[in-house]
Amino acid sequence: MNFEYAAAPESRSVVKIDPEYGHFINGKWVNGSAHFNTINPATEEVLSRIALGTAADVDAAVKAARNAFDKSWSKLSGRERGKYLFRIARIMQERAREFAVLETLDNGKPIRESRDVDVPLSAAHFFYHAGWADKLEYAGVETTTAPHGVVGQIIPWNFPLLMLAWKVAPALATGNTVVLKPAETTSLTALLFAQVCQQAGLPDGVVNIVTGDGSTGSAIVNHPGIDKIAFTGSTEVGKLIARAVAPTNKSLTLELGGKGANIVFGDAAIDETVEGIVNGIFFNQGHVCCAGSRLILQESIADEVLEKLKRRMDKIRVGDPLDKNTDLGAINSAEQLAKIRELTAAGEAEGAGRWSANCALPENGFWFAPTIFTGVTQAHRIAREEIFGPVLSVLTFRTPAEAIEKANNTPFGLSAGIWSEKGSNILWATQQLRAGVIWANTFNKFDPASPFGGYKESGWGREGGRHGLSAYLKGSAK
Amino acid sequence: MSGRLEVMKTYKLYINGAFPRTESGRSFEITSNKGEFLANACLASRKDLRDAVVAARTAQPGWAKATAFNRGQIMYRIAEMLEGRSDQFAQEISLQTGTSAKESLQEVSDSVDLLVWYAGWSDKLPSLAGSTNPVSGPFYNFTVPEALGVVGAIATIDKPLLGFVAAVAPILVSGNTAVALASSTAPLSAISFAEVVATSDLPHGVLNILSGQQSELAPWFASHMDIDGLDISGLPIDQHGAIKEAGVENLKRISTFTELNEPGRILAFMEAKTVWHPIGN
Repeated sequence: MNFEYAAAPESRSVVKIDPEYGHFINGKWVNGSAHFNTINPATEEVLSRIALGTAADVDAAVKAARNAFDKSWSKLSGRERGKYLFRIARIMQERAREFAVLETLDNGKPIRESRDVDVPLSAAHFFYHAGWADKLEYAGVETTTAPHGVVGQIIPWNFPLLMLAWKVAPALATGNTVVLKPAETTSLTALLFAQVCQQAGLPDGVVNIVTGDGSTGSAIVNHPGIDKIAFTGSTEVGKLIARAVAPTNKSLTLELGGKGANIVFGDAAIDETVEGIVNGIFFNQGHVCCAGSRLILQESIADEVLEKLKRRMDKIRVGDPLDKNTDLGAINSAEQLAKIRELTAAGEAEGAGRWSANCALPENGFWFAPTIFTGVTQAHRIAREEIFGPVLSVLTFRTPAEAIEKANNTPFGLSAGIWSEKGSNILWATQQLRAGVIWANTFNKFDPASPFGGYKESGWGREGGRHGLSAYLKGSAK
Repeated sequence: MSGRLEVMKTYKLYINGAFPRTESGRSFEITSNKGEFLANACLASRKDLRDAVVAARTAQPGWAKATAFNRGQIMYRIAEMLEGRSDQFAQEISLQTGTSAKESLQEVSDSVDLLVWYAGWSDKLPSLAGSTNPVSGPFYNFTVPEALGVVGAIATIDKPLLGFVAAVAPILVSGNTAVALASSTAPLSAISFAEVVATSDLPHGVLNILSGQQSELAPWFASHMDIDGLDISGLPIDQHGAIKEAGVENLKRISTFTELNEPGRILAFMEAKTVWHPIGN
């Protein structure tokens, strides 16, 4: 029997997109001097024109942020700061549908995910941090309560609004002011967030949003008026930023790339595990720094898992991101699609076995079918490099020690997964894995109360939870 | 006169529980503050540093796996051994720096007390720095601090013993292993400290001690891909930028400290690991 799903598209009438946007500086909209198009990656339709931030725009934003820090924000009590954050959280909840549709249009992710994950988690992040604002003296061993001052924040395109929330909420709760640059391809929800700040009556200059590309980001990193930089993105760019910041007094936190190992032991509950593998690599088109992109299967169950995984992958619904049935949306950009194609071609050329789900892909837009590679060795590029797409590399192991060795054999250390029904085995593997977030019998779970961040070349510092706060407090230990 | 000729000590490196000379065959003269010859210390090379890192890396999993109670006891044992040799260390400090016998003895006592202070943190800091996290869903979620791995330390050049102890004790107590560079001008106390460590049940390779020139070795500490963290408190501030830049290649965690008794010295070289597991039946 074959069940077909009737299309169930979410209406885009809830969002109003202006034909052109400026920067949000000192509580006002400022026209940009040059613009670039932002498109819907599912259709290649131009959605709007986004201002390309110059060094002068960044300078104006930093001055506004400094002025707001000196004159208003640092003079407020923690309780009052917190109340602004509560307001922001509430307004985001009120406008949740608008945010979800806009995010899906601009990013290409399924509406099911933007509606159920990105937007509610973003609002929750503000709500969580609002409560910290007047309790900073309880935030940990050796934390101070002093903010840095002006914080420069540069965020990626995979979770545009959520990454904004991860950056802005703790910065404001701890009393910093912000200059934020959204990713080049996904500025729209950040610009809608600027409207939320206005509706919340946030003092002018506390949050400034300058849109643009890498040159805008570089102007933020190198601006002498900024006290702290927070960046989420690739390890390559993270290192460039770290080098630029090294000779300065700026603080720096980094959330970078990953090549997460998802280890399945022979005693795992297979059906749950298959769901977890799918969630681990195909959530958000695999545009996830903590994705479980290396599946490490115990040989005894490898054939069974792969057979069930392929059967499950054939049921993944790929297509219109606004359709509420859709599981896998569009690849965010032509550039990212080219990178995925290049790495998967390398996987084939190096001898791994490629298998893709049997699904029809839309004609326009950027698409990539869910794909797995079997027979992958640790030397293959697809086992070492972050693909950042719906592509899973499968390796096998015989002994638990071999699984750990393979899992840790990477310069990254962001996430890892463990599938086993034996508690002592799970806790043992948890201790051995060199990664900042371990999901055992689950994957890709996020929460404002749960610290997130990587070991090794996956970054510096944590975001979320008590541990994430210290990054925004001067001189605080973790 | 039936004078007896003193048996002088050969000051060597301390790598993997042994006392080798530098592979480079080089030495540098250590004099008292009055300019009298005290010793020819080993002028450690980049290769010595690499050997020390191999020893530290090999020893790290075992040291981290030791119970916190056990690590605390061994750290306390180091304090015991140092206490018993207070006079020797005080004399050596006075010879190198010219401080009075009383001041030098005070530096030794302070070092012993600091070791005791850090020893006690081994089984307490994880409770304070970890957390259980109330996530919105049927999951048990907790965060634990873990040792970073192999950490380098460039000790301050003044306070030859206390500065060295303040650098290495907080690195070791959490389960890291260390490669430490002694004061470039007064390295003898740190080298003699190796003799204390060697009789304290600290597993071989957990602490490795080099003597040499900061200017030569600090850049190699910074760029070494198998050193995870680095305390550069002992380096002049005008060199911090270049060292931090060199450390970017493996995103080394690089820190400086001012206080001696500071839990932050321990936490700077730990990583927070967060674990999720579903709740259900």
